[in-house]
Amino acid sequence: MTGSSSSSLLLILLSLKFLHTTATEQAQQPFEFGEMAAPTYSLPPLPYAYDALEPYISKQIMELHHGKHHQTYITNLNAALKTQAEAVHASDIAGQVSLQQGIRFNAGGHINHSLFWQNMCPASSPDAKRSAAPKLVKQIKATWGDEEKFREAFKAALLGIQGSGWGWLVKIENGKEQRLSIVTTKDQDPVVGKGEVPVFGIDMWEHAYYLQYLNGKAAYVENIWNVINWKTAEERYLGTPADAFKILKASM
Amino acid sequence: MSSTLLRSSAVRAALRTSPTKVARAGLAGSTFVRGKATLPDLPYDYGALEPSISGKIMELHHDKHHQTYVTSLNNFSEQMAEAKQKDDVKAQIALQPMINFHGGGHINHTLFWENLAPQSQGGGEPPTGKLSQSINDSYGSLDAMKEKFNAALAGIQGSGWAWLVQDTQTGSIQIKTYANQDPVVGQFRPILGIDAWEHAYYLDYQNRKAEYFKAIWNVVNWKAAEKRFQ
Repeated sequence: MTGSSSSSLLLILLSLKFLHTTATEQAQQPFEFGEMAAPTYSLPPLPYAYDALEPYISKQIMELHHGKHHQTYITNLNAALKTQAEAVHASDIAGQVSLQQGIRFNAGGHINHSLFWQNMCPASSPDAKRSAAPKLVKQIKATWGDEEKFREAFKAALLGIQGSGWGWLVKIENGKEQRLSIVTTKDQDPVVGKGEVPVFGIDMWEHAYYLQYLNGKAAYVENIWNVINWKTAEERYLGTPADAFKILKASM
Repeated sequence: MSSTLLRSSAVRAALRTSPTKVARAGLAGSTFVRGKATLPDLPYDYGALEPSISGKIMELHHDKHHQTYVTSLNNFSEQMAEAKQKDDVKAQIALQPMINFHGGGHINHTLFWENLAPQSQGGGEPPTGKLSQSINDSYGSLDAMKEKFNAALAGIQGSGWAWLVQDTQTGSIQIKTYANQDPVVGQFRPILGIDAWEHAYYLDYQNRKAEYFKAIWNVVNWKAAEKRFQ
């Protein structure tokens, strides 16, 4: 290699390095368009260890589900919100509309999983006992007759989901009226309707159980009752939608 | 739709069923005499698609998941036949989504097993002839088509399938995604399908589904796709 060609190469390498550094620094800049800055969400820590729900949900499932799946929804949500803020800034209404479905899906994934981690707890915890939810259990009995019938109805709803989705116990408030309902949602659609409070949810995506239960999802649906956090359920039942969603504000 | 499905299943059953399956079908009783759907035999061993798809996945996928669609389809078809016999239109409408889902699951998986093959049986060998020409005309190259197909697979929100389909009106091909077990029926003809349900890859690939989408092309049976293309 001649002296002149090696110095040209050095020059090229240096400029590549310069370009690379600039790109990285730009990527690390906080996103801002005056007041149009998009919020950035982050993964809320699990309120228990990855293996804390064993033997009902394995450590491996929890690690992947929280560390990979939930994180991916957040990563994609943040990217979509950034693009949306740019579209808003540019008055690009078509661009904004085209982003809606992606935001719904990824934000739904973030909302659903954030609520899900909180509405579970180790089976040994006092919060896993139904006595931790006296008012909610009373309302469940008043609505379904007894707890067994409620669990059967919930199980039938969960096993009836065609594809990916969630089952939720929802408190629905309409003026002074208030009732409980078992609601299934497809894919990552969140429970965010007016007057609706998601009391607790069960993830029926295959990634939530497959490594442990394979095609035996009925066993997963049976077992998950052991790790429902009834204390959290009671708090959500007695609270407002904003109370239920406060975890999302905490992970920004 | 359902009567066509039942007829074709009956033909398929007559052509392929083993003696044990005939015996099982014989349990149907007198309330439902038309053809029952049966699980088609895999045209290769469970382990034959390794390392792209493990034998364990194939066994669960074929013997458990597909079997459940077949069993449920027969169950709901029987209920549908009863509802028709009673002229109970409401019951028939209520059963439609169940037929769509379980019938779709049966159709999709049946086509899927056929459009895969071990490399020793031609899996991964590129298409030839008219289908190859059509892919090149529409996408420029097979690799460009695969890239678009994988992007479509990755974009599925929830469970579903991506298909290379042929428009029966124009004859042209395109990539379409379908939710859950919605089958390719009506205007479009299924040419090649890839299952993007998590059960199709999770034991091998977990959340790294892009790796599954990349690996599965090594066992795609383009000969089967060519036969479907008209």
